[in-house]
Amino acid sequence: MELLTHDILIVGGGGAGLRAAIAIGEENPKLSVGVVSKVYPMRSHTVSAEGGAAAVIKPNDSIENHIYDTISGADWLADQDVVETFVNQAPEEMIQLEHWGCPWSREPDGSVAVRPFGGMKIERTWFAADKTGFHMLHALFQTALKYDNITRYDECFATKLLVHDGRCLGVTALELQTGQLLPIAGKAVILCTGGGGRIFPFTTNAAIKNGDGMALAYRAGVALKDMEFVQYHPTGLPGTGILITEASRGEGGILLNKDGRRYLQDYDLGEPFDVTSPEHPRKRTMELGPRDRLSQAFELERQKGLTLKGEYGDYVHLDVTHMGQKKINKKIPFVRELCRNYVGIDPVHEFIPVRPVIHYMMGGVHTNVDGETPMPGLYAAGECACGSLNGANRLGSNSLTELLVFGARAARAAVKYTESLGDFPQSELLAQAQDEQARIRERYFKPGDGKGKESIAAIRTAMNDTMEDGAGIYRTDESLRKTSEILRELKERAKNVELADHSLSFNTELTAALELEYMLDIAESLAHSALARTESRGSHQRTDHPQRDDDNFLKHSLAYQTDGDPRIEYLDVVITKWPPGERVYGSK
Amino acid sequence: MAASNTTTSNAVVTMDVFRYEPDASELPRMQRYTVPFREDWVVLDALNHIKDEIDGTLSFRWSCRMGVCGSCGMMVNGEPRLTCNSFLRDYYPNPIRVEPLSYFPVIRDLIINLDHFLDKLEEVKAWLIPAEDRELSEGEYRQSPAQLAQYKQFSMCINCMLCYAACPAYGHHSEFIGPAALALAQRYNMDSRDGASDERADVIFSEEGIWDCTFVGECARVCPKNVDPASAIQQAKVEATKDFFKSVLVPWGKRQQPAESR
Repeated sequence: MELLTHDILIVGGGGAGLRAAIAIGEENPKLSVGVVSKVYPMRSHTVSAEGGAAAVIKPNDSIENHIYDTISGADWLADQDVVETFVNQAPEEMIQLEHWGCPWSREPDGSVAVRPFGGMKIERTWFAADKTGFHMLHALFQTALKYDNITRYDECFATKLLVHDGRCLGVTALELQTGQLLPIAGKAVILCTGGGGRIFPFTTNAAIKNGDGMALAYRAGVALKDMEFVQYHPTGLPGTGILITEASRGEGGILLNKDGRRYLQDYDLGEPFDVTSPEHPRKRTMELGPRDRLSQAFELERQKGLTLKGEYGDYVHLDVTHMGQKKINKKIPFVRELCRNYVGIDPVHEFIPVRPVIHYMMGGVHTNVDGETPMPGLYAAGECACGSLNGANRLGSNSLTELLVFGARAARAAVKYTESLGDFPQSELLAQAQDEQARIRERYFKPGDGKGKESIAAIRTAMNDTMEDGAGIYRTDESLRKTSEILRELKERAKNVELADHSLSFNTELTAALELEYMLDIAESLAHSALARTESRGSHQRTDHPQRDDDNFLKHSLAYQTDGDPRIEYLDVVITKWPPGERVYGSK
Repeated sequence: MAASNTTTSNAVVTMDVFRYEPDASELPRMQRYTVPFREDWVVLDALNHIKDEIDGTLSFRWSCRMGVCGSCGMMVNGEPRLTCNSFLRDYYPNPIRVEPLSYFPVIRDLIINLDHFLDKLEEVKAWLIPAEDRELSEGEYRQSPAQLAQYKQFSMCINCMLCYAACPAYGHHSEFIGPAALALAQRYNMDSRDGASDERADVIFSEEGIWDCTFVGECARVCPKNVDPASAIQQAKVEATKDFFKSVLVPWGKRQQPAESR
């Protein structure tokens, strides 16, 4: 085993990881950067983001507006200093991406075009038709190609953080093509591994979203923050969970129950305007309310029996027919393509069946505004991190911008941190890597006796089901206790998973088993954080505690792994200028 | 919903899947699996069913399952396809043969090595090299919708490699830069913000470049995103020919650019 070394190591090659890698090249091209990614970077889940990325650029908008929309969207659980930093830095990052070739949609005068998203006072979402994430990711990936100081470890699967004397100094990663475990050292490590939506059954998230980086940090003793806050996107396709972008509503799409009623008007989201009215769609109103409130409205409507029934559960209709073919083709062509391919309908003429689906984790590895975790040398950015920008509910179209702003900030902080560090403790790191290799060999490559054999898929399905049942849109003490109990059993059962595949080259059964263990860890942190928060706020709705409780819970939760149940601690929210208020949508 | 109530009970479909396990044998083989037939299943769903319920040793790549990450390209009954986008119902009741993409080295089972493409993407400098530098404080480059439309189609490439698996020129000559990398080079050449088509010319017009393309158009036919690499290559050929004639007929052509300075 030979130690591979870099100044800074990035785990994850999506939007945040690539932005961080480029930022290091900009800061100091002499620093060597390693990017470890379990997939080729352009396969990362950033690619699936559709609607757009928020940043203040138009004269009718203001920094103050974006800050307020973010904080109220977050139900006042965002750290306001972080929000201010983010909103102020966002335009520069977006322009930077434009300078790197991102094909933003344009106004006739050649300036960048913006569209409205849910929860916004003013339209400020930059977009590249409805493949914004795809174009951003490819622009970043192609730009990263020109930096000689970046070494890519494509299709290398991180299994453990290397920690010495309390500092993070690298990872072990399974090189999928050969099956070799690589010890890769970095004076600083930036986790950019995305969220873990795959712990739930219906999700817009790609197969690779298993919370890898969150679990790696959690196991190393770093807290996972605000894990109870998970965003349901109100419009996913039933069955597959494929995302139908919020831009479809930003461009005028409406939601209808089984009787054709725009039911959101019954849930304190304002009065509807006719689709032909110049007032439609009105911002922060009806279909342009925030995601948590729209998803909750669906669930309440379902309980009243007013949704439709299909093979994959209950659903409502998203109607964009009034937009007409020309506008649909121009503004949301991918929506049309997805509907034709996966539902067999044409949204130009037909309603789109939609239901809330798991979309985004507000929680993640505990960081500050510079992406620093409490562990020296360990940084995190993007969805895997919780820098407390998103609070209890993320504002739609903030996440793509978040990748850029915090990917770059984490990189700059890491550059500064590494300046003072000397040589690697080679032998100690190699010893840890050898232990890790032995662990994987012992656990997964020993021929089993066949007794107590468990299937990866069965445990995964049981985990998915219990997360939806007990930790979904509405939760109770009882439901969360039951889910926690089932997760504990599943973790035990997972110890009895035996692999049929004992080969080295591209052993995807092994990676599926490792991913299952990651998911079970973060699912456990989520359920226990949700159990401990006896209030309702944003995406976390407790029917047994229906009110927001600022006296006791204007606080971030911090979940620490222990030998038993996770330990939950709290940290005050940073309030600067915007005292907690009521979230008002739908009024003038 | 088209997908509702269409599960045909007890109906099954036969999948013949290419297997290559380098740790076990140097020789590939075909393995037959029987999976439930469902009207709304794609080939990828059937492969996942095999992986989860029948044979955990089968290896393949997939991620987004919505036709945008580019991971799951394979040969389905001899055609390069995204398997997340290929419905069982379009083949049923006939058996479905699934193999790795043609012309690529196979790592294992349905997983190919695409290092060649990534190397070429770097060689053609598929990134924006601005005609004029601009400070962030100066804001965005102006680009009209018409200028955007010039290259937009070529920017839609998801790097799925179906076009390489369909390209007889790539099959014949593995050093050929290939359709996707050439389309992406042309994507930047056509971008009004870019000023580096000359820098890319050496590689694009090299022996492994556009002249290898015999303009069969298979790449455009199989592209799941309508990128039309063939037309990108054709455009580049026209540009090159124009440049050639310019250099012969009007040898002062390019060098005379700063005419206003005279």
